[in-house]
Amino acid sequence: MARLLKVFVWIFVMFLMVVTGGSLYAAERELIGAGATFPQPLYSKMFDVYYQQFKIKVNYQGIGSGGGINQLIKKTTDFGGTDAFMTDKEMKEAGAPVLHIPTCLGAVVVTYNLPGNPKLNFTSDIIADIYLGNITKWNDSRIAAINPGVKLPDLTVSPVHRADGSGTTYIFSEYMSKTNKAWKERLGTGKSLNWPANQIGQKGNPGVAGYVKQTPGAIGYVELLYALQNKMAYGNIKNKSGQFIEPTPKSVSLAADVKMPDDTNISLTDTEAKNGYPISGFTWLIFYKEQNYGGRSKARAEALVNLLMWIIKDGQKYVEPLQYSPLSKEAVSKAEKIIRSMTYDGKPLVQ
Amino acid sequence: MRESSAGVGTTVLEINKAVDMANTHVHSNIDTSERRFNTILTLSALVIVILLLAVLLTLIVSSMPAIKTFGISFFVSKTWDAPASQFGALPFLIGTLLTSFLALLISIPFSVSISIFLGEYFREGAISTFLRSSIEVLAGIPSVIYGLWGLFVLMPLVRYLEIKMGVAPYGVGIFTSSVILAVMVIPFSASIGREVITLVPADLKEAAYSLGATRFEVIKNIIIPYARSGIIAGILLALGRAIGETMAVTMLIGNSNFIPRSIFSPANTMASVIANEFAEATGIAAASLIYIGLVLFIVTTTVNIVGTYVIKKISVEASREVG
Repeated sequence: MARLLKVFVWIFVMFLMVVTGGSLYAAERELIGAGATFPQPLYSKMFDVYYQQFKIKVNYQGIGSGGGINQLIKKTTDFGGTDAFMTDKEMKEAGAPVLHIPTCLGAVVVTYNLPGNPKLNFTSDIIADIYLGNITKWNDSRIAAINPGVKLPDLTVSPVHRADGSGTTYIFSEYMSKTNKAWKERLGTGKSLNWPANQIGQKGNPGVAGYVKQTPGAIGYVELLYALQNKMAYGNIKNKSGQFIEPTPKSVSLAADVKMPDDTNISLTDTEAKNGYPISGFTWLIFYKEQNYGGRSKARAEALVNLLMWIIKDGQKYVEPLQYSPLSKEAVSKAEKIIRSMTYDGKPLVQ
Repeated sequence: MRESSAGVGTTVLEINKAVDMANTHVHSNIDTSERRFNTILTLSALVIVILLLAVLLTLIVSSMPAIKTFGISFFVSKTWDAPASQFGALPFLIGTLLTSFLALLISIPFSVSISIFLGEYFREGAISTFLRSSIEVLAGIPSVIYGLWGLFVLMPLVRYLEIKMGVAPYGVGIFTSSVILAVMVIPFSASIGREVITLVPADLKEAAYSLGATRFEVIKNIIIPYARSGIIAGILLALGRAIGETMAVTMLIGNSNFIPRSIFSPANTMASVIANEFAEATGIAAASLIYIGLVLFIVTTTVNIVGTYVIKKISVEASREVG
């Protein structure tokens, strides 16, 4: 009996040592982030390269922009990822000032599954009618009207939306609200919308892409890379100047050719640029300005600062191969200024 | 003389006293270690009960805002509108009940057949071991793998069926998730059923055979009634698992926060709505989701209690009937 107890005590002590000892060592060598799935392929690549170079592991979970904001507010993560700039209400809930830096630009594309994967044109009115249930068949006359020469099948349209709180939904719905009155009244803009009945919801960009890829007649909205990697068809969207623009890194960069405010809170949807893709958006990383909270060590804050600086500078060379658009010089300088304003105990972290 | 007799007397007395002392010494030794052991056991049991109560308490406290705002009408209200802060759990209750019971219905013929097959026909041997291990492996496959398999294999099949039947070809919905749930719960009811069927006493079966019963009659009239409580226990355990199953259902149920109109419509269960929306929920939305969690907790506990009661009642009956 006593021997059993002794064995237990030893195991417990060793367990404690391993757990705390390990984590004491690893605290500054591992950073945790969570949030948007929109830029997740890019972050996976970036963090992998960062680990190879600097031996610091960055763990990023794709739980949706809403989740990313929520977890940062709850202070369970070092940083969050979101495609939707935090609202005033969310900023207030955070309690302390939260900073945003943009990391790249992406396009929200309308992807669909039709036999032969034809390239289709869409207008925001057609998309609104599809999601509101007014267009039910692919060979509807309105779709055919702007797609001359394309044989449209007599297939039911199955719209898919995001079931989780999504920045991709935010960018998409912001564009739709700006350009279609019915959408603005019925669904509005937001990370979670009150979608109509009998529509499918899927989790994350991968969920929507996976579902559309498998379902003939399905249509959904995903980040460009997901459609490209899965070799799915995506549509050209009519922009403000009346042109049908194909989503490419170039047309997204053109959409971003606007003046950026100091806090980088800017929306790129329904851009004025003549050849800009109208459903483009920045994606941001969010973190607290004052890094001494919840017992965080200075080393951990410095690790975060180094990571963020790398992302907006050296990390940008991984952006284009993955079909995202890199930050403009202006965006980089604004982001750098924001990172330089980070403090620990009131003292700036970057000298 | 006196000394010697006194000496014998004292020796006996002393021996008695020594034996007595030895006894009490040994007795109190056993007593203390026994008592210590008992205390440790009681404490461990108490820890479990305290944990359970702590979970219940946390659920109640965190869902208080939702309970205060919506009260009991939460269970009959069918609007789940996050932007408008209007929450009602009826669609999820219906979704959970529909999928679980449908899954049970689909799985019962299979699990009873497997139990009889492995308990009566192939009790020993290579085939039996292989089948038993396969079923156990089936029970151990992670839920998310089932979801992935469902997405790539089951969904096209169901969609094909839906196109043939002329309904909207979603591929996901109540039917698909019930099928995947049925596959997931078969191992639970099958293994318990099999165990109980192997326990049917051989003399009962021999007696029936000697009276001229066919194999089917023996199974129908002797084995099943005897093993009934065990089979039902397995089924109730399967129901408990089906009600709480999350990942596979989330991937295959279509995530529509409305009451399903047909067996092929998309819907949502209590577990899947929490999985989908909790990460970003704050304020009243989070409280409502925790309220749903509380309901799930109570439903699962009730199913377990009812199950135990049913088993007790049926096992008394069965033993009276056959034994």
